[in-house]
Amino acid sequence: MKKFVAALLTFTVAFFIFSLLYDSQSFFPKYGEKDLNNTISQRYLEKNTDETRPYPETGSANIVTSVVVNYRGFDTLGELTVLFLSAMGVALLLNVGKERLGFRVKPNFILKAGVRIITGIILIVGIYIFVHGHLTPGGGFPGGAMIASSVLLMYISDDKFKEKMNAFTVLEGTSGVLIIVLGLIGLFAFNSFLYNFLPSGEIGHLFSAGLTPILYVLIGLKVGSELSNIIGNFLTQGGEE
Amino acid sequence: MIEIIGVITGFIMILFALMAIESKKLLNSIVFLSITSLLSVVEFIIMKAPDVAITQAVIGSGLMTSIFVFTLMAMKKSGEK
Repeated sequence: MKKFVAALLTFTVAFFIFSLLYDSQSFFPKYGEKDLNNTISQRYLEKNTDETRPYPETGSANIVTSVVVNYRGFDTLGELTVLFLSAMGVALLLNVGKERLGFRVKPNFILKAGVRIITGIILIVGIYIFVHGHLTPGGGFPGGAMIASSVLLMYISDDKFKEKMNAFTVLEGTSGVLIIVLGLIGLFAFNSFLYNFLPSGEIGHLFSAGLTPILYVLIGLKVGSELSNIIGNFLTQGGEE
Repeated sequence: MIEIIGVITGFIMILFALMAIESKKLLNSIVFLSITSLLSVVEFIIMKAPDVAITQAVIGSGLMTSIFVFTLMAMKKSGEK
């Protein structure tokens, strides 16, 4: 009976959400049919409304990136803090030691050879995604997660593999400090935190959009090393000291 | 046409979410949860949000599933001793 009521509730909520989303007569306009000219988002779409500057305001080809990293960079810094705290919580709770958990099923030869080929490709795709974050959809978070997934594959394929924890911790700390230093430079020199003070260049080029690609590379490195640390912590257990 | 695909995907998502709650084996539950987040990637693409879709595909379906599986394996390992 309880399950039936729960299923009924779920279907009712789903029905209301879908009918709101797909009915043009109702509360929300349909996708792609919203009139953007009368809303504030038009200002962000044009991106060159600041007449005092000789170049476009953000210069990134992707509007989501310019909102996430430029206009709401402080918010992204908060997300990074949340991720850092969760990584630290995992490390504290799991009592991370020296011993690596072994799998009962030994990895076979095909898995080992295949992972050796595919890890490099995944790593390159992850780096591509966060380097081109200001030109394509994607950015620091997915790129970092892809790097972490290549580390995960190494863990699965090699029974003895153990990442260099210290290197990842140093990378994570350095990139986090660099993000805050860049933000503070903007705060003290140009009176706004994470101000985009580099020249933005031409829209669509790799070296454009000022501070945005640098921030995305730092975010990607930080997220990648943090998630790799989390995966590493899940696969270690406390050894006897 | 695209709206029909979205609605069908949503109903399959609800079905798999209920199956993930109701299934007896934990491993099946993890797999159903992974299928649910994979279908939500399709929904995000229909809603024209490719960046959210990439993040969901990598984190929701890839990393979360593997971390759940690892946790399950570690639990079994310590229970067998």
